[in-house]
Amino acid sequence: MSTPPIIPMQETPKARHPMAEAWEMFRGNHAAMVALVVLTLIIITAIIGPYIYPTDPFDMVWAPFSPPGVDGFLLGTDYLGRDLMAALIHGARVSIVIGVAAAFMSVFIGVTVGALAGFYRGWVEELLMRITEFFQVLPTLLFAMVIVALFGASLPMITFAIGVVSWTAVARITRSEFLRIRELEYVTASRASGAKNGKLMFQIILPNALPPIIVQAALMVGSAILFEAGLSFLGLTDPNVVSWGQVIGSNRQYILDASYTVTIPGIAIFVTVLAISLVGDGLNDALNPKLRQR
Amino acid sequence: MSEPLLKVQNLRIELSLRDGIAPVIDDLSFELGAGESISFVGESGCGKSMTALGIMGLLPEKVGRIASGTITFDGEELTTVTQKRLRAIRGNEISMIFQEPMTSLNPVYTVGEQIAEVLRAHQGLSKSAAWNCAIELLDAVRIPNARRRVSDYPFQMSGGQRQRVMIAIALACEPKILIADEPTTALDVTVQAEIFDLLNELKRQTGTAIIMITHDMGAVAEMAERMIVMYAGRNAEQGPVEQIIDHPRHPYTKGLISCVPHIMATLNDERYELTEIAGIVPPLREFGQDRCLFASRCNMVSQKCLDKRPPEAIFGDGQRAACWHAGAI
Amino acid sequence: MMIDDAQTKLLLDVQNLTVRFAIKRGGLFGKAKHLYAVDDISFQIKRGETLAIVGESGSGKTTAALAVARLVSAYKGRVNLNGTDFLSLQDEDLRQARSKMQFIFQDPYSSLNPRIRAEKIVCEPLDNLDTIPKEERQNIVDKLFEAVGLHHEQQRLFPHQFSGGQRQRIGIARALATQPDLIICDEPVSALDVAVQAQILNLLRKLQADFGLTFLFISHDLGVVQHMCDSIAVMYMGKIVEYGDRKSLFNNPLHPYTKALLSAVPSVDKKRRAESKRILIPGDPPDPLDLPKGCRFANRCPVAQGRCQSEKPRLNEVTQAHSVACHLVNETGIAPIHE
Repeated sequence: MSTPPIIPMQETPKARHPMAEAWEMFRGNHAAMVALVVLTLIIITAIIGPYIYPTDPFDMVWAPFSPPGVDGFLLGTDYLGRDLMAALIHGARVSIVIGVAAAFMSVFIGVTVGALAGFYRGWVEELLMRITEFFQVLPTLLFAMVIVALFGASLPMITFAIGVVSWTAVARITRSEFLRIRELEYVTASRASGAKNGKLMFQIILPNALPPIIVQAALMVGSAILFEAGLSFLGLTDPNVVSWGQVIGSNRQYILDASYTVTIPGIAIFVTVLAISLVGDGLNDALNPKLRQR
Repeated sequence: MSEPLLKVQNLRIELSLRDGIAPVIDDLSFELGAGESISFVGESGCGKSMTALGIMGLLPEKVGRIASGTITFDGEELTTVTQKRLRAIRGNEISMIFQEPMTSLNPVYTVGEQIAEVLRAHQGLSKSAAWNCAIELLDAVRIPNARRRVSDYPFQMSGGQRQRVMIAIALACEPKILIADEPTTALDVTVQAEIFDLLNELKRQTGTAIIMITHDMGAVAEMAERMIVMYAGRNAEQGPVEQIIDHPRHPYTKGLISCVPHIMATLNDERYELTEIAGIVPPLREFGQDRCLFASRCNMVSQKCLDKRPPEAIFGDGQRAACWHAGAI
Repeated sequence: MMIDDAQTKLLLDVQNLTVRFAIKRGGLFGKAKHLYAVDDISFQIKRGETLAIVGESGSGKTTAALAVARLVSAYKGRVNLNGTDFLSLQDEDLRQARSKMQFIFQDPYSSLNPRIRAEKIVCEPLDNLDTIPKEERQNIVDKLFEAVGLHHEQQRLFPHQFSGGQRQRIGIARALATQPDLIICDEPVSALDVAVQAQILNLLRKLQADFGLTFLFISHDLGVVQHMCDSIAVMYMGKIVEYGDRKSLFNNPLHPYTKALLSAVPSVDKKRRAESKRILIPGDPPDPLDLPKGCRFANRCPVAQGRCQSEKPRLNEVTQAHSVACHLVNETGIAPIHE
């Protein structure tokens, strides 16, 4: 009889948070990683750019319509002889702040409405979803224009206007996630062991409902930037604050003679929004547990 | 001796994973005669379904491939035929039914349309002939009032009836082999009993050979003449069902039979402890190692089991067990 | 006294439990109909024993379990747990009382919150209850992990790092945390691989012996039920059709449905296969929104008579430990189907 051999004990794997695995998945997505790098650069520019490149974007520094690269101005000057480079760098701040703030606002409203509707069901759901539908059928741009026209074109008001017209998608997503997750057994398990409603909603269901909300929020930053650009283009924002959309708006008459004055901020918007969508897309893949299994 | 209908020799199917290649089927050989029924048993992740998909030529694209070995069906080598020929064989000569009758039917067509579609594609029947044939088939799988039910949509039928429709579609072209992948796992026991009954009778009538994939030893005992116990992509044991149940020669087979609480003919106060098979099936990346993959869960393990893959020990009536201690069991 | 003894041993007493759901048919203004998922059922469990409810899909067995635990609301009936009328409890009382009745779920993949560490999952019932000081909780969690056969080092892991069987062990540890009087097991092994089922069933029986647990065991698998239970209730379409202790029900099944159910289980036992003839019950159960006037099983029953179509059978005692709801079983307790 041989002695029983020693079977190597399987070692306990290291505790890995689901988020750590999501990050690994995200890192494998090249497009999203490139976009993330680009986006980080844009944000860094927005934060420290004005200190490194302090030229005031409203100063007339040179002759109008100096093309990019000529006369020492990397991106040229606009119809009033203002430095486009300065406008781009200073404008990044406004565009991104408005984008992020508006997205935050719509996520806040949307998650609150969606969570209450999805958790409590019944008349709460009926009421909140009717309100959501009301905001959904409003012509968004028109509604935002009315708000800005009535209450003035300050930055917070513009943020508010954008946020208030774009939370409905978040509310719908949150509600449908809540409806799905509240029926899962681990929620029932918490209920069966006496968890209170507040805990169920915000500590148990919400964290699990977050992935699609995060993705939607990322995309919303992009669309808020576009929205702001649209309002600026129509001249409905504060003329004393430079933003990318505003540069396009103020130069629009000269689009044929000096197309770069419109193209350059246009490209800035395009690259930023594209980067945000690619990051959003990468998040979507990384946070989707079904894809992660492979 | 005549050639068997299906002969699989030294089949090896590889899956590409993130961290390398794993042999999900590792050196599998078996034969299936015309009109015979054989059953694959094992836990999930042991390669039962993969064998079926390999035979059907339905391995997941770019991920799975047949690395070596042969699959000879009716004198034809399936590992080398064209995709076109494989498509003709699928459905016509080998067909398959799946576990989940809810999702294997298309919800926007009536069941009659779906059966007739198969008949028209494979047998070139006219529209009305195919429709009439669909009614006959529904009748054959014992759906009451077939003439009326033929224009039902899948959602109007119960799970058991949907599985019958799937069987009707599978049998539409009178295949030589029917592969049933866990056909009753999603169904209630009384419905399962009816489906088994139906399959057995259809087999008697049409002479179709049946390959059934299951994890339930009881189902094997009722449905199959021979069985193949799979473990971690390898053949653990194969042979005649009765013989193996009476005297399993592989500790895994033995465990599978005795770990399930079986209904006893007469019950007394005594209660036995269920035999456990400790642990779980090894992960895919451990497949293919040159040792007995069951060793970590086996209570008869010796040094030899960890050093070398066990060869198949051969017993009477075609019973073969891949275990170093097969003789001692 | 004998009677008193039996009374004190009784842990759960369920009387006339009924659960109905409103189903809307025919658009916005369609009349709401009621689906009686559980229709007037009564059963008792003694402390330290196991009652199994078996039935096929749609029988109402899981709904009954959920209603007992107040996870769906009952329409009528009483649930008495160890002297407390469980269904009348409100808010904070209910929250505290829930610790006395815990649930083990079917699907080990959806019953654990994927974002929380195993130790936290097991500790959650204690956190919700908040009666035990925080320092002691870790101690309890350690003991629970050991009791269900998990390693101490595994406490920090997240659910997706465990196998199905291990996840179910975590679920069991969670159910044990508050030392409940009653544990409801809703198909605890049906989502597991056969070889792992035995591990979990043995664990449950060991825990029952060690801690004197009481189980309400819901299952569709008669083999598992036979192995686990002390008494058994067979449900069909929301009704209990047969109710008895383990030995008399399995050795002498009386209701045609129970007979059919037992005969349908495939068996490896050659002798049993040869002895018993399979009783097929073709057809489908009736529409639960449009139930027949008489016996609900009549349309599939191989021995149904005229009376079965028109008159509802009542659950009658055949012996003290065995009741059946069938017109064709009289006081002598002879089954209408013989082999």
